[in-house]
Amino acid sequence: MKAFAYLLERLAFTAARNAKLRLLRHYLEQTPDPDRGYALAALTGDLKLRAVTPSLLRGLIEERVDGQLFALSYDFVGDLAETIALLWETDEDQDVPLHQAVALLSDTGRSGLPAAIAAMLDRLGPSQRLAFLKLATGNMRVGLSARMARIALAEMGAPEVKDIEEIWHGLTPPYQPLFDWIAGGTQPEHAARAPFRPVMLSTPVDLDQLRALDPADYTAEWKWDGIRVQAINDGGTRRLYSRTGEDIGKAFPDLLDALNFDGALDGELLVRRGPEVAPFGDLQKRLGRKVVGRAMLDSHPAGLRVYDVMIWQGRDLRDLPHEDRRAILETADFGSDRIDLSPLLPFETWDDLAALRADPPSIVIEGVMIKRRDSTYVGGRPRGPWFKWKRDPMVVDAVMLYAQRGHGKRSGFYSDFTFGLWDGPQLVPVGKAYFGFTDEELRELDRFVRNNTTERFGPVRAVAPKLVLEVAFEGLNASPRHKSGVAMRFPRISRIRWDKPVDEADRLETLKDMIP
Amino acid sequence: MRADQILHPTEAGLYCPPGDFFIDPIRPVPRALITHGHGDHARAGHGAVMATQQTLDIMAIRYGEDFTETRQAADGVTRVGEVEVSFHPAGHILGSAQIAIQPDKGPKIVVSGDYCRAPNPVCASYEPVPCDVFVTEATFGLPVFRHPDPVAEMTRLIASMAEFPGRPHLIGAYALGKAQRVIALARQAGIDGPIAIHGALQRLCDFHVEQGIDLGPLVPATAKQVDAQLIIAPPSAFASAWVQRFQDPVIGFASGWMAVRARARQRGVELPLVISDHVDWPQVTQTIRELAPEEIWITHGTEDGLMRWCEIEGFAARPLRLVGYEEEPE
Repeated sequence: MKAFAYLLERLAFTAARNAKLRLLRHYLEQTPDPDRGYALAALTGDLKLRAVTPSLLRGLIEERVDGQLFALSYDFVGDLAETIALLWETDEDQDVPLHQAVALLSDTGRSGLPAAIAAMLDRLGPSQRLAFLKLATGNMRVGLSARMARIALAEMGAPEVKDIEEIWHGLTPPYQPLFDWIAGGTQPEHAARAPFRPVMLSTPVDLDQLRALDPADYTAEWKWDGIRVQAINDGGTRRLYSRTGEDIGKAFPDLLDALNFDGALDGELLVRRGPEVAPFGDLQKRLGRKVVGRAMLDSHPAGLRVYDVMIWQGRDLRDLPHEDRRAILETADFGSDRIDLSPLLPFETWDDLAALRADPPSIVIEGVMIKRRDSTYVGGRPRGPWFKWKRDPMVVDAVMLYAQRGHGKRSGFYSDFTFGLWDGPQLVPVGKAYFGFTDEELRELDRFVRNNTTERFGPVRAVAPKLVLEVAFEGLNASPRHKSGVAMRFPRISRIRWDKPVDEADRLETLKDMIP
Repeated sequence: MRADQILHPTEAGLYCPPGDFFIDPIRPVPRALITHGHGDHARAGHGAVMATQQTLDIMAIRYGEDFTETRQAADGVTRVGEVEVSFHPAGHILGSAQIAIQPDKGPKIVVSGDYCRAPNPVCASYEPVPCDVFVTEATFGLPVFRHPDPVAEMTRLIASMAEFPGRPHLIGAYALGKAQRVIALARQAGIDGPIAIHGALQRLCDFHVEQGIDLGPLVPATAKQVDAQLIIAPPSAFASAWVQRFQDPVIGFASGWMAVRARARQRGVELPLVISDHVDWPQVTQTIRELAPEEIWITHGTEDGLMRWCEIEGFAARPLRLVGYEEEPE
């Protein structure tokens, strides 16, 4: 478990995605089975162990450390598992195999658990103790998604990410068949019902590029601002997957109940009240919840708008042309009024479509999707058959207030900027942006920050309010958690307005008026 | 004479009336005894300074030869006013000392300054000095601080350098003491090639070499192109444009605080290295047990934890609440 502990620690402090992938790949390459499989499952949240409660851990440490010293320590460290890992006294530092720790946490009965955990802690050095306690509490928090884990796996051998995704949900820890396949063996069958299938994604397009194409070869429909999902009912097994293959069904039991069909659909998850589609902010309130209360289910009902079909009544339709799949959807019965088909937009020329795009019937539409009529359903992001033509972003002119140093390639550069808008005579912070500029512009921004610093707080500098940044963003939610009362989506710096006086920057009211 | 008549805190620092001197005063005084060369303990502008020869040399390097009007190198037992003083190795940095005060009649007081009991290749080891009153720091005065073997920490650095061979590793370490210790530890752990050092470390590294401490091949990290994968710099350098010459660096920091993740995160560190020049919890408690003084005075740090421990163990202890000493000096 020493290697696992080292991996967890490095992942926790590494921000850059490529560095995380490298750390994980090295670990998986150098660690024997079954330990690497259990580590993978722990990181992707697929390891089902007996949940160890904070009160059990507190009980263990209170038997060993004076209560007042524990309280002072916990107060300083701020994390229970870490405090206990640091306080635990032992001279041992055995390299206990991860599968032993996993076996302990899955097989020990409730009454024997505290003593078994204490005995394990007695064998471990500090970093292994922390890894073990994080495993026990099921709370890794190292910023690694299941998607990234699958990318690291794909980098280890021949299978591509989409091939791994296709079989992922049929696998169970410690994934021996998966590692055998990566090492050159045969591909595992997916045994599970309702497996995730790789989603077909689109590429961005603009009017000039569209003019080179014949509009008669394409269909168009609205691109809704919800969450792209795969909704499956496979012989009674119901699943709801995000487009990266995360199972998000728990947060949407109402929609799971409505999947009264036999097949696998591709669509947009939306909060809908009757015919009205609610803004993204409403959907966000339901995301990431382990348990959804009755009141939330009533006030924020989930629905599905269907874009495409992969499997229908036992038949895999992915090799049919888009037009034929669409024809099947037109006559299909989805079995619930929470599910409907995304209608096609009538257009003959690209200018017709441009006019529709400029004036969408709902604020929750973020552009149009354009699909080749003869396109088969291919997982991944093939160039060409599907396009997204997004609505122009919203913009505000804001004033730079704070800057923070970046990581990795941006080490030493002030690259994360907090910006604000006028509220009366004051500038109120409204958001943070860390991309949208070129490397040359980054150097100029960095120089500006260094020359205009007024205060320092660790890695953050307050800067004199002198520079206007044009900030583009994709959407806006009301947010009680932010001081300004609003939260932007995907804010980025679209232009640096060296020319613009700060008193001409936008006002907070202007931004609030843009909330849907 | 009672202990607090021999030594007590004042606004300028710890003052000894019978000897008429201050220890590590934070403002200019007529007569100062200095434990070690870190900026918050050793300041310029006193009338007379007594310290170890190495500490006097370090002060001259940092502040210029005119840092004090007169100076005296500590050597054996010296009479100052109505007390006798002596300096004893503290194991913290090169030249660091504990100061023992023996009045003609009354308790013997040892001011340990900053001290450390882990082996340190760049300075003399801590030496226990029996006393009636022991004045201790409590920088890491909580039982969560049990610093790992520093050589083992260096193997983590080496593992990272192997894992990311294309990325320069920039390790933050305070310019006096820590930087040289990190270099010496890197040598112990098997890094033989050139190590690049930030310009602010040059003079102090040279001084260590002059004192007979082998630091191996060092190259300046000032050029546009730095030909070393390991670079040591003072933490303040990470906020300067100097860092920008390095492509995609791994930023590390060598400090006892790195044992706590939240502290490492606040620093924006990718590779925390737990290397401390201060006593950790087992060392400070072991020292108190070993010396078994009548009284323990706690100068600075997280004194609540150590106070509680003394209460449980039956030692008389009180906090001095000295101000002006940093957690770890820049």
